[in-house]
Amino acid sequence: MIRIIDYGVGNIQAFLTLFKRSGISAAKASAADDLQDATRLVLPGVGHFDHAMQRLNDSGMKPELERLVLQESVPVIGICVGMQMLADSSDEGTLPGLGWVPGRVKSFASDPVTAGLPMPHMGWNTLNIKPSSSLFQSGFDDEPQFYFLHSYYFDAKDKSDVAASAHYGADFDVVVSRGHIHGVQCHPEKSHHWGVQLLKNFAEFG
Amino acid sequence: MLRSRIIPCLLLHDGGLVKTQNFKDAKYVGDPINAVKIFNEKEADELMVLDIDASVKGVEPDFKLIEKLAAECRMPLCYGGGVSCAEQAAKIVAMGVEKVAVSAAAIENPVLLTEMAAAVGRQSVVAVLDVRKKKGFFSKGSEVCTHNATRVVKQDPITLARSLQDAGAGEIVVNFVDHDGMMQGYELDYASEFKQALSVPVTFLGGAGTLDHISQLVQRLGVVGAAAGSLFVFKGKYRAVLINYPNPQKKLDLCRDAVGING
Repeated sequence: MIRIIDYGVGNIQAFLTLFKRSGISAAKASAADDLQDATRLVLPGVGHFDHAMQRLNDSGMKPELERLVLQESVPVIGICVGMQMLADSSDEGTLPGLGWVPGRVKSFASDPVTAGLPMPHMGWNTLNIKPSSSLFQSGFDDEPQFYFLHSYYFDAKDKSDVAASAHYGADFDVVVSRGHIHGVQCHPEKSHHWGVQLLKNFAEFG
Repeated sequence: MLRSRIIPCLLLHDGGLVKTQNFKDAKYVGDPINAVKIFNEKEADELMVLDIDASVKGVEPDFKLIEKLAAECRMPLCYGGGVSCAEQAAKIVAMGVEKVAVSAAAIENPVLLTEMAAAVGRQSVVAVLDVRKKKGFFSKGSEVCTHNATRVVKQDPITLARSLQDAGAGEIVVNFVDHDGMMQGYELDYASEFKQALSVPVTFLGGAGTLDHISQLVQRLGVVGAAAGSLFVFKGKYRAVLINYPNPQKKLDLCRDAVGING
């Protein structure tokens, strides 16, 4: 079953509702014991990077998550700040990230090209997808639109990890996939049929 | 490319949805959960739900209803009404609501926005300003009002909007009271002044009666939030209640004009 990591940050209920409607078995995990039956993992997150990292560190689940993802190769998808946590570090905070996908989280405001744009980057934007990516393997024939709400973005070190990008003043990495480890900056749980399809693909092919 | 957001705005009153004209004459338009279901099917960009009783009555938000709305809502949701502290905002965000809107409480005490931003991130903090033409025969200019337009704020609306942005709001919603329910178009000139003065996303509400009105706003201002109440709940000149929303292609056509202006 898919386990949604409940560490006090992020919209757990939206994912549970979406998976239930799609006929996919999912439940939240609030402690390390809950993770034992996980065949896939969802790491949600909103708000400040350090706050989210601290909550995950304090949750007691981090060692078990690292074992499942890095040793057992259980597929995982990080969403929004959950995606940013996959990085090595973030300009928003001082705590180290999980370091599962090489990269650094940067601020739109610190880049002169994007500094003058309204912040946060809020609303619906078009994704330029790499069709070979497992998250876009099925059901992405039209121009996919996803909902964004963020001021920081993941800058992947190895661009072959990038599965989709979008444009806001400049192109930026939106989806990363490094083997069975995935991250999505936008909100599939709030992106209508496109988001449902992405999460279904994760459940099937991720 | 980022495109403009077209946002149905729903008003909660006595547990049901209503639509007002100039903040008065609330007409019952239906059940909130049912409306959310319909906007799900129509793939609306975002929903704004404002409880117009909570602040006036001085009661806290109806958390049970918000939880139900959030569970049903498959698009981004902004809730406003009766929120007076950061703890309430955090509770609402934890229920799965993307954004929490405040008006009177933030105008009286802008530190509330700073505290909310610290608790939920500024991307989830929205300040709503109800703006109208000054009343009185010799008065010129506009003013901000609160408590369903029964109290007046002294500060200039744009100065106030900027100070709320600086205090921690990640989005400003400007609601033109005189245009509420009139369906005669947005107040484009003044909207443009707000947009230029602010560095966070801005959403305008009040006046949209046709999709052309939204198109005019987008053409004039670029990427913007275009919110409307009457447009999406009434049909025809007799204001028959019928929930409607542009289909995906129509929506893209409406927003295409603005592509490239910014973002």
